[in-house]
Amino acid sequence: MLLIPCPHCGPRIQEEFAYERSADSVVRLDDAPDVAMTALFSRANLRGEEAEIWVHAQGCGQWLRLTRDRMSHAIRSVEPL
Amino acid sequence: MGAGRYSALSLLRGALGGHRHWGRAWRAGEPRGPYDVIVIGGGGHGLATAYYLAKDHGIRRVAVIEKGWIGGGNTGRNTTIVRSNYRQPQLQRLLEYSLKLWHGLSDELNYNVMFSPRGALFLGHSDADMARLAERGDALIAMGIDADLIDRDAVARLVPLFDMGRDARWPIEGGLIQRRGGTARHDAVAWGFARAADNLGVDIIENCEVTGFLREGNRVTGVRTTRGDIAAGRTGICVAGNSGHVAGLAGLKLPIESHTLQAWVTEPVKPMIDTVVMSQTLHCYFSQSDKGGIVGGGDPDFFPSYAQRGAPIRLEDSIAQAISLVPALSRLRMVRSWAGVTDMSFDGSPIIGETPLDGLYLNGGWCYGGFKATPGSGRLYAHLLATGQSHPIAAPFDLARFAQGRTIDEAGAGPMPQNR
Amino acid sequence: MRAGSGIDGEAMRFTFDGKAYWGVDGDTLAAALMANGVRLLARSFKYHRPRGIMAMGVEEPSALVTLGEGARAEPNVRASDVFLYPGLVATSQNAWPSLRHDVGAVNSLVSALIPAGFYYKTFFGPPSRWMIYERFIRRAAGLGRPPQGADPDRYGHRAAFCDVLVVGAGPAGLAAALRAVEAGRRVILVEQDALPGGSLLRENVTIDGVPGAKWAARAVGRIRAAGGRVLMRTTATGHWDDNFVTAVERRVEPGQTSRGLAQVLWKLRCGDVILASGALERPLVFADNDVPGIMLAGAARALALRYGVAPGRRAVIATSHDEAYRTAFALAGLGVEIVAILDSRVDPQGALVNAARARFPVLVDARPLRGLRRGVALAGIDAMVGTTRRRFVADCLAMSGGMSPVLHLHRQAGGALDYDAARGAFLPGAARQRQTTVGAAAGEHDLRAILDLSKIDDPLGPVAPAEPGPIWRGEAHGKAFVDFQNDVTTADLALAQREGYVSVEHTKRYTTLGMGTDQGKLGAMVALAQIADERGLPLPQAGLTMFRPPYTPVTLGAFAGPARGDHAAPIRRLPLAEAHDDLGALWVPAGAWMRPRAYLRPGESLGEASLREARMVRSLAGVVDVSSLAKFEIAGPDALAVVEAVCATPVARLGVGRGRYTVMLREDGMVMDDGTLWRLAEDRWLLTSSTGGAARMARHLSYVADILLARPRAAVINVSEHWAGLAFAGPRAAGLLAELTGQPVPAHMGLAQATIAGAPVRVLAASYSGERAFEVHVPAYRAAGVFAALVGAAQGVGGGVYGLDAMDHLRVEKGHVVIGAEADGRAIPADLGLGGMVRKSGGFVGWQALTRPALADCAERRQLVGVTSIDGAPIPEGAMLVVREGEEPVGHVTTSAPRVAGEGAIGLGLLVDGGARHGEALLAWSPTRKQCVSVQVGAPLFYDAEGARYRD
Repeated sequence: MLLIPCPHCGPRIQEEFAYERSADSVVRLDDAPDVAMTALFSRANLRGEEAEIWVHAQGCGQWLRLTRDRMSHAIRSVEPL
Repeated sequence: MGAGRYSALSLLRGALGGHRHWGRAWRAGEPRGPYDVIVIGGGGHGLATAYYLAKDHGIRRVAVIEKGWIGGGNTGRNTTIVRSNYRQPQLQRLLEYSLKLWHGLSDELNYNVMFSPRGALFLGHSDADMARLAERGDALIAMGIDADLIDRDAVARLVPLFDMGRDARWPIEGGLIQRRGGTARHDAVAWGFARAADNLGVDIIENCEVTGFLREGNRVTGVRTTRGDIAAGRTGICVAGNSGHVAGLAGLKLPIESHTLQAWVTEPVKPMIDTVVMSQTLHCYFSQSDKGGIVGGGDPDFFPSYAQRGAPIRLEDSIAQAISLVPALSRLRMVRSWAGVTDMSFDGSPIIGETPLDGLYLNGGWCYGGFKATPGSGRLYAHLLATGQSHPIAAPFDLARFAQGRTIDEAGAGPMPQNR
Repeated sequence: MRAGSGIDGEAMRFTFDGKAYWGVDGDTLAAALMANGVRLLARSFKYHRPRGIMAMGVEEPSALVTLGEGARAEPNVRASDVFLYPGLVATSQNAWPSLRHDVGAVNSLVSALIPAGFYYKTFFGPPSRWMIYERFIRRAAGLGRPPQGADPDRYGHRAAFCDVLVVGAGPAGLAAALRAVEAGRRVILVEQDALPGGSLLRENVTIDGVPGAKWAARAVGRIRAAGGRVLMRTTATGHWDDNFVTAVERRVEPGQTSRGLAQVLWKLRCGDVILASGALERPLVFADNDVPGIMLAGAARALALRYGVAPGRRAVIATSHDEAYRTAFALAGLGVEIVAILDSRVDPQGALVNAARARFPVLVDARPLRGLRRGVALAGIDAMVGTTRRRFVADCLAMSGGMSPVLHLHRQAGGALDYDAARGAFLPGAARQRQTTVGAAAGEHDLRAILDLSKIDDPLGPVAPAEPGPIWRGEAHGKAFVDFQNDVTTADLALAQREGYVSVEHTKRYTTLGMGTDQGKLGAMVALAQIADERGLPLPQAGLTMFRPPYTPVTLGAFAGPARGDHAAPIRRLPLAEAHDDLGALWVPAGAWMRPRAYLRPGESLGEASLREARMVRSLAGVVDVSSLAKFEIAGPDALAVVEAVCATPVARLGVGRGRYTVMLREDGMVMDDGTLWRLAEDRWLLTSSTGGAARMARHLSYVADILLARPRAAVINVSEHWAGLAFAGPRAAGLLAELTGQPVPAHMGLAQATIAGAPVRVLAASYSGERAFEVHVPAYRAAGVFAALVGAAQGVGGGVYGLDAMDHLRVEKGHVVIGAEADGRAIPADLGLGGMVRKSGGFVGWQALTRPALADCAERRQLVGVTSIDGAPIPEGAMLVVREGEEPVGHVTTSAPRVAGEGAIGLGLLVDGGARHGEALLAWSPTRKQCVSVQVGAPLFYDAEGARYRD
């Protein structure tokens, strides 16, 4: 049961947050189609630390960039986006 | 090699001899490459693949390489539901192919996998639900797969402990049952395939982790492991849950994310639920094991993880919904909960096909529905690994479908695994 | 009169298997039954062997009973883990016809035929044959009978925070909690027992001049006085990520009637966690080590000192270490004859051993070989003393094979284990979270070390660390149990090793070792020792199974907590719910919402009412509540950029005061949602979208704005709940609305501000029904008056309200798609006939995906069509579209409806290459409903193809 430190609200329980996607999979509106489909469908899915986009959906609504270990669940950093 | 065939008679002979005559169900394999085919992953799918490689295609120089103990991943962690009542025709063909194999699997393997076609029931909670279930049933029957749309009274007869009250939060209006679906003993599936594959000469190498791939240009020629390099003609990844990690060792990125799915089981009680119960509206499913425990589960944990560890809120959700369907469950006690790492693909369907690297193939992306596909998946993957060509049933499930726009999206939920 | 540290003498009556007994307050059911001379409590899972009390705590494997009656009946309750209450009703289980004469015991006779895993080797044939065997296996398996009715008890969830959570109120836990609370930290102390003290309750020790139990009670008082929270009868069962601990508080005992909450699930977020969870004693492994009368030495000692109950008249103590010697003194204090102390060590030394030698026959290098049974009770034991086999007549054997620290939570929290070969035990290694382990759980049994400041008077003196019991070297006959509940024997473990199930997880799963309700607490270490021995490995290399939550079984009701009945999921009600009720609405769930489906008149069926309502709209005027639709306002200099990114249709040239239909795509190009987009001002937009997709669309808009456009100068506000929405449709609607507002109505797809019944409203001229129609948006809190005015106006000309079904009939006739039916998450705009309105220039979410080859060519894809019933029969919704019955489908009917304008039945469908198949005849085949209707395929538009009716 993760405790995620929201930069606005302080440490809050994981239920308040929603995972969106890995940070490298954002499809930009002006990306060429092949670039876009690669970003969307090719994921590193690391068994280790990866940068991820989350949102404090049930809290302040802030979008966040979490650097989080997918094996230990340790959160190294949280930055507002 | 095991001590002959299993039967009531051999069991009797064992009883007279203190069961000393039983040999190993499968040999402790040692790497002795080169192999024609290496299957990475000693789960049910990988072991089934090896068995059918030997059985269907006569390929005997086959190794299954397992980083821990066989069947220790999702094969030993799922809720053992077997069914083929999907909505998309590609999935219907795939899972029905598998379900037919389930029906003869114990005899085929000479290992009782306790496949129990006790019925897999989807519940409908509104007229809209019932229309959707009817559509699914119609689609199944039109594809030659059994489906039975049943009314409230018939549902109540199937599970007399259902809350059939009209004022229930989720009133039960009826259901769709696949009577040929049911459950099987998950561990036995891994052990049965292992024993049968071993009998055909397959090496099952446990405690051997793949750490990289042997390469000649764009061709994969074997694997690097914690027990040394092993050469192979063809190499098949079959490590659902860890597909992203293993493919990453070959420099590949997949339309797969690893997510946690939890399950729970109660203390054993005498028979109280005789069929597999599922509700898509409530996001929960449960059945009673032969030992008597109620085994259940629900939604995944909604964020990527390889940890085999979840959060209690997900257990609370699926349990609350299960109790709302069967109020008598409330006083049973959970004795164990656990988590598996599921290979969430980006359309919710598996991937069985070639990779961009020659000689390297992928079977993964089974999301949380892989167990039911075990024999079919293994047999189709064996076909691919033996011939280099996809079997027609497996062909739609190639890796290229994402780039080409041929996704098979059963849930209609799009490319975000956590939305499924 | 009994005397013990845990009972206070108040008598209470209870029954077991219908027979009445008396116990005293503070007794567990196990202690009370023992006090009454009841030794046979249960039958084992597989062989139905008679079983009594083995342990006095949560590790009890065998003495499981059903507590309570009727809807409060609770199976599989450990007799040692339920405290007596007046009127307690306990019933034995898994025995027929009676506990004493159980037919199931025949399994013992054929046990040679049913070794571990026997079922994998037989019962072949078709699955139908297995299911016959399975029926008998299932009946034989299970333990207690399942509850039958709804649970009358209530369960709660509580959240709490603390600086320090201490798990266990034994001496180590109390000392840790005292230290922390006196240092000013917020402390929560949880204890699964009903009394604090832990091991002190079963020892004759004095601390600071008072008996241990009293010292513990005072310590609890001090912790509470200093502001600490002490939760008794509360078990910490799960240790999750980031020091989140779940604990279950039992406010009443199993089967007991509760006035308030029966149980509370605590969710504790903790700064530090201190585990003082103690240690569990291990059994010794020998033939027939399960006969009632054989129990753990600590259990026998607890019976004597805590409950004042003698576990027998003549007792043998069998041990591998000092601590069990205390049991000899404790039993002797109640007049029990100590027949012998059998010590497996060759040369035990120390004050305690010497003191024992002075009073009791102590035999060294001695170990039990076999338990002897007369009837269902222990008659004696055979033992090996040195090289001599000897028989001891006894009705109680108190045994101890060492101690295992309770490290479940430490392991759940990711902590490592270190193996201590001298103790034969795992001790806590490095923790992964902020968590430490103290006391017996850390291998520390010396009270002086644990309570370093207290004055301790222990007449028997400290004991050396417990050593493991001897590894079983079997007798030729008899069963030596390592897992008493699942009847797993040493022979089963050996068989598993022989057959290659050597990984400890394989052994566990093949034999069911440790998979019972005691979760292997009792037998795991002795089994591991045997497995390691058989494999010739040091014990730690034999591996270890996972420790999975919960530590002790948790009632499912406690997990669900308040999420029962209507609280199992939220129900959303419309702001006008009462007004709809007054009009006789029939409610239908639509996601979390309840919406009016139709307003039935007396004698009318749902279908008749819906058709009447729909025809009313076609001919006169009707009002439908669309308040649940999602609504977003997007405002600011960059608002257009947000709208352009979200909407796949052209938007830039939309004039102020105008609106248009739009679709929003997912990144894979599929239609995610649809709605209308309105330009309220140059830099201010209103976007409506579907009810069911409201939460998804809110997230999507936020993502697009904040991530894709990187904080544009635009605000996206979800105004769904601010506005109620009322659609007012029909040929009379425009005139009536003009009267109500006193101003001209806006042109089709135009908007205007107005006032109705004194409330400011926004009028959006959009049509979903195909008639001239207006969506009236009014602040939700003022909706009642506007609704009444609109309904009144409609009724004045013979119209009125209409519901979801009528709305659906109308939209099918107009060929409008619905999210979830036609737009099923697998359709691109072109599939739905909307391809022409998609911006060719791209720049919106999903545009790239639409260029994928399989989507660019749609001939092989399903396309939206209309279907008309050839003979007028209703078309089954969801039916397959087939050329001939029995063939694979080429499409399906997504929605069906009666014709509103005219007679007959129509529907919408998705059909492969449907656009090229207009005019074709197909079958709408529903084998599940045994219906088959001939339909003609056509355009998905059945009414007013020119759109004349909804224009001005």
